[in-house]
Amino acid sequence: MYSRAYKSVVSVPPLLWVAAFLLLPYALMFAHSLWAVREGIIVHHWNLNNYKTLFTNPVYLEVLSRTLRIAASVTICSILLGYPLAYYLAFHAGTRKELLYQLVIVPLWVSYLVRGYAWKTILGSDGVLNGFLQYLHLTHEPVGFFLYSPFAVVLMLTHIYTPFVFLPIYAALEHIPRPLLEASQDLGAGSLQTFWRVILPLSMPGLLAGATFAFVLSLGDFLAPLLVGGPSGTMIANVVQSLFGAAFDWPLGAAISVGILVITISLLFLS
Amino acid sequence: MSASPANPAQELPAEGAELLEVRNIAKRFGAVDVLKNISLNIASGEFLTLLGESGSGKTTLLRLIAGFEQPSSGEIWMGGARLDVLPPYKRRVNTVFQNYALFPHLSARDNVAYGLRVKNTPGREINGRVEEALRMVKMLDFAANRPSKLSGGQQQRIALARALVNRPQLLLLDEPLSALDANLRKQMQSELKSLQREIGITFLFVTHDQEEAMALSDRIALLRDGALEQVASPREIYAHPATAYTAQFIGQTNLLRGEIRGSIATCGALRWPLEGTDGPAMFSLRPEAIRICTDGKRQTNEVKFRATVRQQFYGGSSELLEVDCGNGQTLRVRVPARGPLTGEHDFVFSMAEAIRVQE
Repeated sequence: MYSRAYKSVVSVPPLLWVAAFLLLPYALMFAHSLWAVREGIIVHHWNLNNYKTLFTNPVYLEVLSRTLRIAASVTICSILLGYPLAYYLAFHAGTRKELLYQLVIVPLWVSYLVRGYAWKTILGSDGVLNGFLQYLHLTHEPVGFFLYSPFAVVLMLTHIYTPFVFLPIYAALEHIPRPLLEASQDLGAGSLQTFWRVILPLSMPGLLAGATFAFVLSLGDFLAPLLVGGPSGTMIANVVQSLFGAAFDWPLGAAISVGILVITISLLFLS
Repeated sequence: MSASPANPAQELPAEGAELLEVRNIAKRFGAVDVLKNISLNIASGEFLTLLGESGSGKTTLLRLIAGFEQPSSGEIWMGGARLDVLPPYKRRVNTVFQNYALFPHLSARDNVAYGLRVKNTPGREINGRVEEALRMVKMLDFAANRPSKLSGGQQQRIALARALVNRPQLLLLDEPLSALDANLRKQMQSELKSLQREIGITFLFVTHDQEEAMALSDRIALLRDGALEQVASPREIYAHPATAYTAQFIGQTNLLRGEIRGSIATCGALRWPLEGTDGPAMFSLRPEAIRICTDGKRQTNEVKFRATVRQQFYGGSSELLEVDCGNGQTLRVRVPARGPLTGEHDFVFSMAEAIRVQE
């Protein structure tokens, strides 16, 4: 057993860290969300008006619902890409498993910004994709909606978060004891039945973990909409950023942040 | 399951038509010959045990029959049709896996129902048959539990019910009792045997435990390095082992190395008349075939020798002696428990008990 002194030496620093850099800022943010701005100055006047604005102003509701839709699309696309990939690696890749696994991981080492600018280069009006389409004479002028659209945001976020979805699913699939699959076949189930009745249920914890990653991380993303989203691809985090910046309405920004936090935390608890 | 004794009294191979035929099966993994030209028939209703050390190929043979491996050459036939060309899920064969392989996300009941569900059996029939299978293995009270909430013995019963509910023509059991402790193991052996008699399904049982094989089987197929060493009933294989390996693997024995010359067998200090062509010979003599000769007289069909007791191992109802016949020739003798023994004694054995075996 460890001594009391040892336990406190080990546990106090992280607790202090969490208190100073997580709990305190959250408390401050929550307090701000209940204050107001008068003539460009934050006044400590306790009220719920910020939350009222959030729920009644159609602009914020629209951005929030768009954000939820984008996050859901990213989650679904990442699962549709990540699950089959994880399945293939876990069950059929054989000797190529290591190499393919590395190929999935390597993009994680590339800076988020670099990947964002790469998509700008690919999707822009004079970008790689439009150049290619015109070269093939499939289009005659640059297609505008590739870049600066919710589509571009979903595309970029899917690219970034697919490995995050892949990893927990792959781990879950690798952990399924192979004799279970033989038992399923032995009892008369073909591959499809074995998938639905054994593999999918047993990989569900990994699938949920991956989906939560993708959804929560997309929900709070502000770089992708900033880089490739354009006005139609603005997400809630961009609104928060501008409220804390140019608009100087910290209380409303804080209220929106609290809203996102509530959604995120309830999702984490659900999964 | 009734609690009848586990030991079958049958000498004869089980009656019934031929169910499974393994024809010249070979299996290679890379450069390793795991199975070499195996041919084996199993009769309907028979309890046949594949016995062998680890690495002898017994589990591979089972997996070939279940369909998890493909033979490198040879054929497997069941009920007059090719079996080895079918995928596992189309074979009327079910397996009880070594570590049971129960589905952890399903209750005991759903585990048992699995095979019927995937075959789209009507719901009412599923309920009836699952109920019946659970009752058969005395697990009705635990039907709602997940496998993680069941003991090893209970998981074993569910695995058995999950296989039997499909009414397979052949049940494959891959060392199903090896994970259980000794007492439970004995009890499950007994239940397994009476269950097999009750439902009449053919059992192909894999084990490395010769005692278990002897207690349960109608016939034992002894595998050695991927080849069949001997296939016979437990009594036959014990009484008339064909090879030195069989004699040593099944029960304890004294292997006597010697020769036959002029119709006399000579093995060290032991000599007895035996018809046969001259040349080297090897015999298996079970320890219990030798007895202490108290009055110094022997029957005409017996061989008498004098030996010194070196060691004595007390075993409750019997004791095992290590005796020295001179020139370093040591024999093991099993006698009824009779108290401490030292010095020189006369021993006799019947000539017919010295079984000539191949090396």
